[in-house]
Amino acid sequence: MSAAHAADPKPLEAILGAYPAEEASLIQILQDVHRAYNYLPCDVLATVAKTLGVPLAKVYSVGTFYKAFSLQPQGRTIVKVCTGTACHIRGAAQLVDELQRKLGIKPGETTPDMGFTVKTVNCVGACAMAPVLIVGETYHGNAKAAKLDTYLAAGEADDAD
Amino acid sequence: MRIESEQAFQRFVAQARKRSSARSREVLVCCGTGCLANGSAKVAEALAAELAKRGSDVPVATFTKRTGCHGFCERGPLVVLQPQGVLYTRVKPRDAAEIVEKSVIGGEVISRLVYKDPASGQRIPGYAEVPFYQRQTRVAMRNIGRIDPADIEDAVAHGAYAGLAKALFTMTPEQVIEEIEVAGLRGRGGAGFPTARKWRSCRAAAGDRKFVVCNGDEGDPGAFKDRSIMEGDPHSVIEGMVIGAYAVGAHEGFIYVRDEYPLAVVHLTLALEQARARGLLGANILGTGFDFDIRISRGGGAFVCGESSALMRSREGKVGEPRAKYVHATERGLFDLPTVLNNVETWADVGAILARGGAWFASMGTAKSKGTKAFSLVGKVKNTGLIELPMGTTLREIIYGIGGGVLGDRPFKAVQTGGPSGGCVPESLLDLPVDYEKLTEAGSMMGSGGMIVMDDRTCMVEVARYFLQFLTEESCGKCIPCREGLHQMLAIFEDLVAGRGKSGDIEKIERLARGMQLGSLCELGKSAPNPVLSTLRYFRSEYEAHIERRACPAGICRELTAYEIVETACNGCHACFKVCPVGAITGKIKELHVIHHDTCISCGACFDVCPTQAIRTFPKKELAERGVA
Repeated sequence: MSAAHAADPKPLEAILGAYPAEEASLIQILQDVHRAYNYLPCDVLATVAKTLGVPLAKVYSVGTFYKAFSLQPQGRTIVKVCTGTACHIRGAAQLVDELQRKLGIKPGETTPDMGFTVKTVNCVGACAMAPVLIVGETYHGNAKAAKLDTYLAAGEADDAD
Repeated sequence: MRIESEQAFQRFVAQARKRSSARSREVLVCCGTGCLANGSAKVAEALAAELAKRGSDVPVATFTKRTGCHGFCERGPLVVLQPQGVLYTRVKPRDAAEIVEKSVIGGEVISRLVYKDPASGQRIPGYAEVPFYQRQTRVAMRNIGRIDPADIEDAVAHGAYAGLAKALFTMTPEQVIEEIEVAGLRGRGGAGFPTARKWRSCRAAAGDRKFVVCNGDEGDPGAFKDRSIMEGDPHSVIEGMVIGAYAVGAHEGFIYVRDEYPLAVVHLTLALEQARARGLLGANILGTGFDFDIRISRGGGAFVCGESSALMRSREGKVGEPRAKYVHATERGLFDLPTVLNNVETWADVGAILARGGAWFASMGTAKSKGTKAFSLVGKVKNTGLIELPMGTTLREIIYGIGGGVLGDRPFKAVQTGGPSGGCVPESLLDLPVDYEKLTEAGSMMGSGGMIVMDDRTCMVEVARYFLQFLTEESCGKCIPCREGLHQMLAIFEDLVAGRGKSGDIEKIERLARGMQLGSLCELGKSAPNPVLSTLRYFRSEYEAHIERRACPAGICRELTAYEIVETACNGCHACFKVCPVGAITGKIKELHVIHHDTCISCGACFDVCPTQAIRTFPKKELAERGVA
């Protein structure tokens, strides 16, 4: 377990109250949990399992199967490089390499100061703008490795508060 | 206000049309994901603010309307002025004042913002005259870009729910299915299963509780037609689903939307609320006594969930693992109950077919593939974006006619269709009429309509490796042929692109591919070897070059490729110096530049920016012969 302290139970109560307590709600609940906590904290998963009457092992298998979920705390700003086919042939790999050089982390990792998490995503459906880089909530079409500093600085400012 | 009779519906349509025609002038701003990425929200704000400021000068009421994707994403942000039909491309917020002053008030066309046709060099002001739009026939995407997706009255004024009203008021469920059969509609998700047959088996299945599901988990990289339909005309999907539910006797529906499409969820949610409020969804639809409601499920970011049985497991809260195909979803689908699952585009076609008749739809297309098909045309092509055409249109017409040809007029090499389940179609097959059968014969498939154009700077071995890597990550792991087969095949391809290929590798790949095709549980595994087999079929010499000569003919694979500057062609513009990420290029402005091989990482950034094509690639092994480390 990565977070030593127990997660704040408040957001979880509201999330669990919004769905019927059955297995079919599991993915929707985990999505809301992920949004509220920025990852899936271990003790929260245990509460979800108990409330829905689903074995914790099953919750864990769903939590690790889907790419939208992370069991590790995420950085303040999420940087996503689209690696769909159109982005791939228009140079997404260069963006990944350059991010690795600048931030010192590979896709899936988080900087030690918790500032950035870098992810690759399989096509965000903005292929006409390839390659696409998403920093926080902002989509950058025709993204260029040479402009990464600008993209990152803008994303950091957005997510500062 | 709920609509509870046929007369009330007709009154609602008349009222919506009246409101629509009162808005004699509209400024349509594309707010699809592509244009939003280019800043169209700010353009819409600036235009609305400018119109408000100049309110008293504007001759007639003018509205700024945010629409879904016009499809011409590469030229975004797009602004269309109605009723003149003037199209402005790459509009900036600072252009707002000039557009209102000159075009809205003055009625002039601002030449600088008008689309310039790359083929003729002519500026074309009319939306309808731009070749990109002129050559299309839009059915599933009929209202995208024309309506405000957040306004049900606007949708109804443009024909939404007319097909539903006809079905509910004048047809029996059997007649609805017959109409779909006459239309010859086949699944737009890629496999092309006849929709009427699916509906009929579900209708015949025992039990009172049935489901209608919309597959909006458009996972093929390079495809985004479903995203645009859900974002730009959510009502077309809802209308189709209500008609389908009426036909099969279902009362509950789900739309499963990809996690990566947040805007689609927002627009669908709003559209569902509006449809419910008008009595077009929910209990006692249009006063006919038919009950049906739809809920949205967001996906969790797993490609395999685009496979129908995996999607249903995911909706049940489980890990998205597919089932064997002998279990038919129409009998035992979602929660083991009879279920009809269709793709977003299929649902969007249904309303239009009911409104205009199956025979009209079947009048377009080829012998076995009827109607029109939406594609996303992307990659190394001049006009990228969303298109919809009659089935049977040739690849040449799509890529050169609508797409305007290859980016930078480089030589065409292949077009990839069908995503990771499809293949690469070479230049020799450019005159292939596109339909389900023809693409399958060519070793590719329709898939969800992504068309990725590749030029001579694309290594086909590397492309196959890319798809294998994609699928290795996305294989659910349930069956061994897919999980292990992909893993082993990827290992061979990683050797190939790194120059460690061995003789016999091609044969090994072919054997593995056969095993996966025969032994995999679902279509993800069965079709996984397609990108590999199609590139082997058409570009075998590239594989051989990687193995026998340790060379990448396209000059892409980094381990095999070195770059140098051709002395006679370099004009010393310094562009390569600025773009090199590792400082491997030296040279002063207006003097010859040099690439230093000891630091060069072969990323190709310099090649892409050089205005005089002064950079050339050569096999890396020649460096040793030249005595360079």
